Amino acid sequence: MEAKMTMKKRYLYEALSGYAFVLPFIASISIFLIGPLIYAFIISFKEFSFLNPEASRWVGFANYIKLFSDPTFKRALLNTTLYSLGVVPTQLIIALILALIVNSNIKGKTFFRVAYYIPTVTSTVAVSVIFLYLFKADGLVNVLLAKFGIQGPAWFNDVRFALPSIMMMAIWSSVGNYMVIFLAGLQDIPSELYEAAEVDGANKFQRFFKITLPMLRPIVFFNLVMSLIGTFQVFDQAYVVSQGTGGPLDATMTVVLDIYRTGFRDFNMGYASAMAFALFVIILILTLIQRKLFKEETY
Amino acid sequence: MKKVLRLLFYIVVVGYAVITLGPFIWSIITSLKPTSELNTFAVNIKHLTLDNYKMIITKFPFLRWFINSAIVAAIVTFGNILFNSMAGYALARINFPGRNLLFMVVLALMMVPGQVVMVPTYILLSKLGWVNTYMGLTIPFLTSNFGIFLMRQFFLSLPKELEEAATIDGLSRFGIFFKIVLPLSKPALATQFIFMFTGNWNSFLWPSLLTSSDDMYTLPVGLNSFYGQYYQFWNQVMAGAILLTLPTILIFLIFQRYFVKGISTTGLK
Repeated sequence: MEAKMTMKKRYLYEALSGYAFVLPFIASISIFLIGPLIYAFIISFKEFSFLNPEASRWVGFANYIKLFSDPTFKRALLNTTLYSLGVVPTQLIIALILALIVNSNIKGKTFFRVAYYIPTVTSTVAVSVIFLYLFKADGLVNVLLAKFGIQGPAWFNDVRFALPSIMMMAIWSSVGNYMVIFLAGLQDIPSELYEAAEVDGANKFQRFFKITLPMLRPIVFFNLVMSLIGTFQVFDQAYVVSQGTGGPLDATMTVVLDIYRTGFRDFNMGYASAMAFALFVIILILTLIQRKLFKEETY
Repeated sequence: MKKVLRLLFYIVVVGYAVITLGPFIWSIITSLKPTSELNTFAVNIKHLTLDNYKMIITKFPFLRWFINSAIVAAIVTFGNILFNSMAGYALARINFPGRNLLFMVVLALMMVPGQVVMVPTYILLSKLGWVNTYMGLTIPFLTSNFGIFLMRQFFLSLPKELEEAATIDGLSRFGIFFKIVLPLSKPALATQFIFMFTGNWNSFLWPSLLTSSDDMYTLPVGLNSFYGQYYQFWNQVMAGAILLTLPTILIFLIFQRYFVKGISTTGLK
């Protein structure tokens, strides 16, 4: 009887300490994430301005329907998709190559690891102004290109080059992040596998495609999802480069920049919330598709 | 043939380091140039000066922005390290009803882009009178779903035996957590520290939303506004960029030896 009581007491104590440990987290997400999420969902069906909340009214699905005919949003979605299509595969391939390099037995391994990672810890705003300086019409890059007889464009100020310039900058600054995750994965591959393959006479390329890549599969998936989610939320670089306008001629207008402008410059907050939910749904669908693709291929 | 390949390999290795470090070196040099030499690409070492740094600190509020950033990043980083590891530990080790549900919530919320809650959070903070205050810049950001996920994965990888022995010795859960588990978690905590500090120090979207007067700007918001007005003074803009960059690079250099290990043990994959 007594033993039962202490068991029960211990269980209760255990449960209570569990709740105590998660309390700050639950308080924080309830107030600053779940509550606002519900509120955002509600006002996405309203015409709502923070400046005049009394004048808000229900509009049903009008905000969501409007998305399909809004030229700025469509342009923003196109730009963001192009950005993602360009950045995701390029940065993952470079990241994998760099991870293989710093995982091999080269001299100065630590130096190169740090050198390749440093752009990742740098502020996007700092990176943006540094690149704006390097790539201005008469900047260092164009001067170097001129030495090879190439007339460089005005990069960030040129309608055709503005988005690719931001893509290049994003790749430069985030490759290190994915490199480190690949590196951690590479170090987890048991070396016995390679030794056995070597005994069997497999060359370097065979070892890479038959051992390394299949073993890295879950990490490739993780990186792909993170990179996709990250690219669809691009904002900082587009904002700094265009000083918040998305210019020249909407060339750097991204979905999040559009949400920011609609919500906090036009104060059209119901519509901005509908845009944000549309973005959420897009990210969700893309992630689910990837998960499905990766699961099916495994068999 | 083999030698040629080896040479090519090293050209790639060194070449990419030039690509990653080159822009920093050029911006450091520019930040040390007097304005009169801004239009030449030649560098006259005798003329290099710290005047641009003095200028942005004395004539513009860069020091204030730096201090704002430091205060905000310190509070947010401390909160995240404490609360994320507490929640991560409970999710990994403590039996309480609703634990699995809570972990599902963490995973689901990791998928929500922060922009979705931008409008309601702004409204909430302005009702509380927290817009343009340190409260508004810190309190909403004290926990992170991603950070909790990382810590949970790490604690799952720790051997249980030590904790079991401590329970027999009569230590409470809090005692076990603070005296035994945390000291064993250095690589994970260092990784968490790098992620949370750099993430918050570099954060731009939220602080630009939540600050309205330049005495409350954080450094990224301040640098962006300075660039908007004085973009022709590239040497001063670069001095600001370097000021913004140095702390995160220094912290990374200090903690980097734990870093790959930390990522590996947190099962970030």
